[in-house]
Amino acid sequence: MHTKKGTDQIQIPGRIHARPVRKPGPIVAAVIVAIFVAMLIHGMVTNPNFDWPTVWKYLFNEHVLDGIKWTLLLTVYAMVLATILAIILAVMRKSSNPVLRWVSWFFIWFFRGTPVYTQLVFWGLLSVLIPKLAIGIPFGPEFWSIDTKTVLNATVATVLGLGLNEAAYLSEIVRAGIEAVDPGQEEAAKALGMPPSMIMRRIVLPQAMRIIVPPTGNETIGMLKTTSLALAVPFTLELQFATNAIANRIYKTIPLLIVACIWYLVITSVLMVIQAQLEKHYGKGFDSRPLAGSGAKDGKDGEDPQTRQETDKVNKVMMAGLNA
Amino acid sequence: MDEDRQTRKDGQGGKDPAIVIRNVHKVFGNQHVLRGINLEVMPGTVTAVLGPSGSGKSTLLRLINQLETRTAGEIYVDGELTGYRKIDTGKGPVLQTLDDKAIARQRSKIGMVFQRFNLFPHMTALENVMEAPVHVGRVPKTDARKEAQAQLERVGLEDRMDYYPAQLSGGQQQRVAIARALAMHPDIMLFDEPTSALDPELVGEVLGVMRQVAQQGMTMVVVTHEMGFAREVAEQIVFMDQGVVVEQGGPDTIDHPRTERFTEFLHTVL
Repeated sequence: MHTKKGTDQIQIPGRIHARPVRKPGPIVAAVIVAIFVAMLIHGMVTNPNFDWPTVWKYLFNEHVLDGIKWTLLLTVYAMVLATILAIILAVMRKSSNPVLRWVSWFFIWFFRGTPVYTQLVFWGLLSVLIPKLAIGIPFGPEFWSIDTKTVLNATVATVLGLGLNEAAYLSEIVRAGIEAVDPGQEEAAKALGMPPSMIMRRIVLPQAMRIIVPPTGNETIGMLKTTSLALAVPFTLELQFATNAIANRIYKTIPLLIVACIWYLVITSVLMVIQAQLEKHYGKGFDSRPLAGSGAKDGKDGEDPQTRQETDKVNKVMMAGLNA
Repeated sequence: MDEDRQTRKDGQGGKDPAIVIRNVHKVFGNQHVLRGINLEVMPGTVTAVLGPSGSGKSTLLRLINQLETRTAGEIYVDGELTGYRKIDTGKGPVLQTLDDKAIARQRSKIGMVFQRFNLFPHMTALENVMEAPVHVGRVPKTDARKEAQAQLERVGLEDRMDYYPAQLSGGQQQRVAIARALAMHPDIMLFDEPTSALDPELVGEVLGVMRQVAQQGMTMVVVTHEMGFAREVAEQIVFMDQGVVVEQGGPDTIDHPRTERFTEFLHTVL
């Protein structure tokens, strides 16, 4: 296989340097899009209702920045909790132990089957429902107990509520990833004398990650915005609540909605970069194409491999964009 | 254990067989794939298993390594009953399934090479070969690396150690797979149609490595369609059809088949 540079270096008499077919499509589309974008920007700048001075004034307001901090913390905590639980649930679901399979099925059925808002309200009310937590012999004496309120504050309740709900969805993504790994991989690992837990950890999960990461990025970005439901607990420090509180105080809803949108977009962009890095990490060994090797001939591809590789790259970038 | 030992048959030269297969049956759903297989493989010998597709030869190989569980019969590897242990309940001996660890231990004595290579795509050639010695054999990483490098040199891939499987040709991948299996120092190597997925011009390099492994005294069971290899390297030829061993004998069996079915099969492949 040759690189593009390599082919140019080889002297071939009568090499074809054809002009590409004229395609008016992109130019027409560019003109139409440019007109619409210009109209949009004009409208946004000249329409006083957008109230840009207020947007700038509150963009770096301390309550807003504090809201960003809490939104990020809730997202990270909930996703970490959800990912750990999801892997455990997915492995349980594939277990040979029927009790573990059933527990996993029930968890997913329950947490996926009730609205996350309802779950958050429930977590907020748990300290009313069960005022005291205790350690002791089941149905027997207690050794130690504590008020639920002190453990289950609003932050913990929110993280648990968001995390457990998300775990149910993520575990199905993890399961799909595990099931997508070629069964031959497990057989090869078995033949080498690996026990099942090691096969899962060393062979199956690392390969499943390649499939798991893109939809998990999707879920993380979803979670970023789902944190705004935390007021159901009630948890009142995250970005949506913070901007809304300011808006209600100064009677200016739209500028503060714009503030929130700008920040959500910024954070989403950062998350997309992280996702792309993760995909690159777990894609190693999969993206590589055969290099020159003794007997490695690449003559079977119908289309030029170089072109195909580049098209794949473009598609991948577009997919990453769509996932956001 | 001692009872198991007694059931082994004394082979030629006072050696015990490496593999004993006794009256083994395998049923998938309502398909009777293996119908009473009996076979012995002596240590240090090569057995070639031939037969049309669907004859059950791959299934037999997978039963030896417990990638499938047998429906009936007994398989002994190095004199040890595979997959089960005999326990006495007072009413006579009963079989109990071995736990995952014990089965993994039995498998680690047997190397296996697959038709579709099944290399770990997220690891380089070197990492593929090191994986089992480090994590199953608990060999220190530096030692395992040296050993893996030696194994890859043995199969002629010293300049491909840091390549991922996707960057290697089929023949190179299969040679890495052989090195990976050899790195566990197995007593027995099983080859399940190792050259069937290869382009014709790459078959030779894999057969060359297999020939070399055979010459070094490895006990091998090879399911193959390469008649030349079987005739040249194998001490024992086994021809299977429709779940039974139709014919069995020395390497000259290929040139002088005794049964009509084997003669017919040889005509279609040669």
